[in-house]
Amino acid sequence: MFIRTALLVLKKDFAIELKTGEMFYTTLLFAVATVMIFSFSFVKDGVPIEGTAAGIVWIAVLFAGNLALGRTFERERYGETIRALLLSPAPRAAVYVGKLLGIVLLMVAAEVLLVPMVAVLFQQPMFAQPALLIAVFLCGTIGFAAVGTLFAAMLLRVGTRAILLPIVLYPMTVPVIIAGVLGTSALLEETPNIPMARFWLALLVAYDVVFVVLSLWTFEPLMTE
Amino acid sequence: MKKAFLPIAIVAAAMFAYAPIAIDNAPYQSTMLLIQKIFYFHVPSWVALTCALTVCGVASAIYLFKGSPEADRYAVAGAELTALFGLFGLASGMLWARKAWGIWWEWDARLTMAFMLELIFVGYLLVRKFGGPGAEKLAAGMGIFGAATAPFIYKSVDWWRTIHPKTSVVRTLDSPDNSPPMFHVLVFCMVAFVLLFLVLLSLRVRLEQQRAALDRLYLEEED
Repeated sequence: MFIRTALLVLKKDFAIELKTGEMFYTTLLFAVATVMIFSFSFVKDGVPIEGTAAGIVWIAVLFAGNLALGRTFERERYGETIRALLLSPAPRAAVYVGKLLGIVLLMVAAEVLLVPMVAVLFQQPMFAQPALLIAVFLCGTIGFAAVGTLFAAMLLRVGTRAILLPIVLYPMTVPVIIAGVLGTSALLEETPNIPMARFWLALLVAYDVVFVVLSLWTFEPLMTE
Repeated sequence: MKKAFLPIAIVAAAMFAYAPIAIDNAPYQSTMLLIQKIFYFHVPSWVALTCALTVCGVASAIYLFKGSPEADRYAVAGAELTALFGLFGLASGMLWARKAWGIWWEWDARLTMAFMLELIFVGYLLVRKFGGPGAEKLAAGMGIFGAATAPFIYKSVDWWRTIHPKTSVVRTLDSPDNSPPMFHVLVFCMVAFVLLFLVLLSLRVRLEQQRAALDRLYLEEED
């Protein structure tokens, strides 16, 4: 029942997205634009500054994630469908999981585009350790999206949500940003620093466990009027 | 808490009055000499912050699940005091860093994380101020999540190479070859800060109670 509801919410979002494509295209374009803006700051004499690639990918992904989070719930509010979702006789936490999966998928799509792009444009050995790289990105994305989905949902009834979401979200997810960036740059070194990357991955997993559990636990009371 | 307020306030005031003398009497630390004295206010302010953070987190959870307005008052008070002691801790830390490391700020794990904790709670206060109706619930969520981030921040020093002293430095103060007065003075200051925290907390909670009472009276008058 729980998993089925979550998948139904995901399927619904996915169907809307397939029809309109508004979040998919806007988020991806925004992420690419962010990378281009970084190229002005972090390229000197035509050569990318060393050690900036990991930060560029992560910041672009997280900015795009913030945009997507705002949009996915804005759509629910616009159509007054969030009330219907919450009134339905389904466990609230399942609604949360469905929304979370949607955001994670969208952010993963952005990463699939951005990682090769940065690898090519900034001449980075992104795929020296593919398994670890995927694990770091996936865990980081889940951590960010877990907190982000909860706060975006909470902010629905607040008028100033567009500005409050990033204010609330970025400080809260700083451990994810730090661990993600440092874990990725450990993999980008000339000889990949595997123990370092493993260590940051462990921190990301710990963060994910704590915050996903906390979100599942607080989603119901937070969304109750 | 009402009855204990006056004695706690008096003891806190007396301890703060005596604190400079105690700190002056403590022996010099071997490498940093006079500069190290800021330690006696820097560490206790983070201890007080931990208390404030705990109160905020626990009160937020109680408010969220039980809906008691009294818990919400404790949550606001805790969050404001977290921001206050965090600011004091950051300011005293920067002064110390300027003299000990030669720079005002260093982008290492603990400092960055502490700065972020401060931002979370400034954000909390912004949410309260600009969140409109229903902001209490939102703030409660932030309080719980902010308190949950704190352990990550506390452990960050041991996890990441850093120039900030490890948290175990406090225990070494008590070792026999180190002069015990240093440890005693530190504990003295910690107690003083925690008492100050209790005084401020009960004042802030009382303010919220009076506000709620005033609102109630207004509503009764209008009916």
